Amino acid sequence: MMKKTVGLGVAASVVLAGGLAVAELREGYVYFEPSSEEHPLDEIISGREFRDDATRALQEDDFENPGFLSLEEGEELWSTVDGSENKSCESCHGDVAEGMAGVGSTYPKLMAQGGKTTLTNIENQINTCRTERMGAEAYKYDKPQLTGLTVLIKNVDRGEPVNVSTEGDYESWFKKGEELYYTRVGQLDMSCAHCHEEHYGEYIRADHLSQGQTNGFPTYRFKWQGMGSLHRRFSGCMKNIRGVPYAKGSDEFLALELYTAWRGQGLPVETPSVRN
Amino acid sequence: MSSPLWTYRMALGAAVAALTVATALAGTVGPGDVEIVDDSAIPASLTGVAGDPVAGKDVFTGRKLGNCLACHQVSSLMDEQQFHGEVAPPLDGVADRYSEGELRLQVVNSKVINEDTLMPAFYRVEGLNRVNEKFEGKTILTAQQVEDVVAYLQTLKE
Ligand code: HEC
Ligand code: HEC
Repeated sequence: MMKKTVGLGVAASVVLAGGLAVAELREGYVYFEPSSEEHPLDEIISGREFRDDATRALQEDDFENPGFLSLEEGEELWSTVDGSENKSCESCHGDVAEGMAGVGSTYPKLMAQGGKTTLTNIENQINTCRTERMGAEAYKYDKPQLTGLTVLIKNVDRGEPVNVSTEGDYESWFKKGEELYYTRVGQLDMSCAHCHEEHYGEYIRADHLSQGQTNGFPTYRFKWQGMGSLHRRFSGCMKNIRGVPYAKGSDEFLALELYTAWRGQGLPVETPSVRN
Repeated sequence: MSSPLWTYRMALGAAVAALTVATALAGTVGPGDVEIVDDSAIPASLTGVAGDPVAGKDVFTGRKLGNCLACHQVSSLMDEQQFHGEVAPPLDGVADRYSEGELRLQVVNSKVINEDTLMPAFYRVEGLNRVNEKFEGKTILTAQQVEDVVAYLQTLKE
């Protein structure tokens, strides 16, 4: 995977957790080569690059980044016994840094759930372990506990390249996600691609449009004054165009999650990111 | 007609029209009955009432109305309105380039002109997908608001 920087005026350089040198650019941005020739984009850019200096600096500072409060909540839950089986996540998975290495960067994945194999993201997988293995109740989507554990698990892979599977049994999910990505919805009648493929880098009123990448989620967002899942963001984008969003955790959003993750294949995981 | 999914001239039946413009005044053309000429213009007013460019400017800039500045820039509005979008062409001098009827079609449904455009159709209800129920069966702008915006656009001369 080649990493390039574009634009003028390299001001300073910082090093991310994964050892990637990232140029701090005021006008420019860091981009990656697409994973294949069929990729619809000719450069792949993290959402971080479209945010202002202060927001990026906050994301980079593990002490100040508010997403780490969520991570700490997840850390505590990881070793807390819950449910009728008297188990914690740790009872089965051990130390999170070892047990969950290589997980966050490769989801969504096909996993067994309720007796069948289906596309699963980290949030749904956590709930499967709770309901099927711990005798505990599922957490509701975007509740602080579910977000905290998701942040914890994704953060283990921070700096690792996003690497989802799209072939074999994944293909039908991938195609479904692709179709959703290009389908116009809502009274404003737009698709994800209109904003995030055709117009990234441009302003839509005061918003600087990114490629709608997923590598920073769950994210801390000023507007939310808190954390939010990727599906919350999908939902927000669909509501903004006066559409009816799919349910968080639904097959539609999972397919979209797989497809959008592939659009950012190779981007370093940045969880927890900070957004405005 | 560029879009195979729907056409304005299609006989839509009273159902859609009645649903959509419950508030329509006599003489107002419903979104299913707009007469498009040569896929390039809507020469006739939608209401028969002359557009008001001052009201049109408010519709143009209002975030809950046209919200046109989300995507377009207008130099003469720079002082009073922050944050003009960049995803669509600047509208300075647009009245020099297009006739009134062409501007009306652009606002009513620019997809007739360019199927792939990201610009919403401001006076259309059918052929949409998963519309939030608050907006279901409603046009983004009323017929008179369209007329007012068209009147405002006609003031944008260079
Ligand atoms: C009208 C334009 C528009 C449409 C259509 C749209 N979005 Fe967005 N989206 C935005 C804006 C504005 C933001 C916030 C700034 C940014 O990151 O682009 C955003 C942010 C995002 C983000 C967060 C990126 C990050 O790094 O924080 C994701 C993911 C996303 N959108 C996905 C989608 C998906 C999937 C769709 C289609 C269902 C969609 N968007 C449709 C405007 C849009
Ligand atoms: C009783 C043992 C047990 C407990 C307790 C448990 N899990 Fe699991 N977990 C498993 C097993 C077994 C798998 C593998 C499932 C498979 O491969 O289909 C798994 C898989 C996972 C995965 C996917 C790993 C991968 O490699 O794809 C995640 C993430 C996960 N668990 C998170 C959690 C969290 C968070 C908790 C606590 C809320 C938890 N688990 C509690 C047994 C457990």
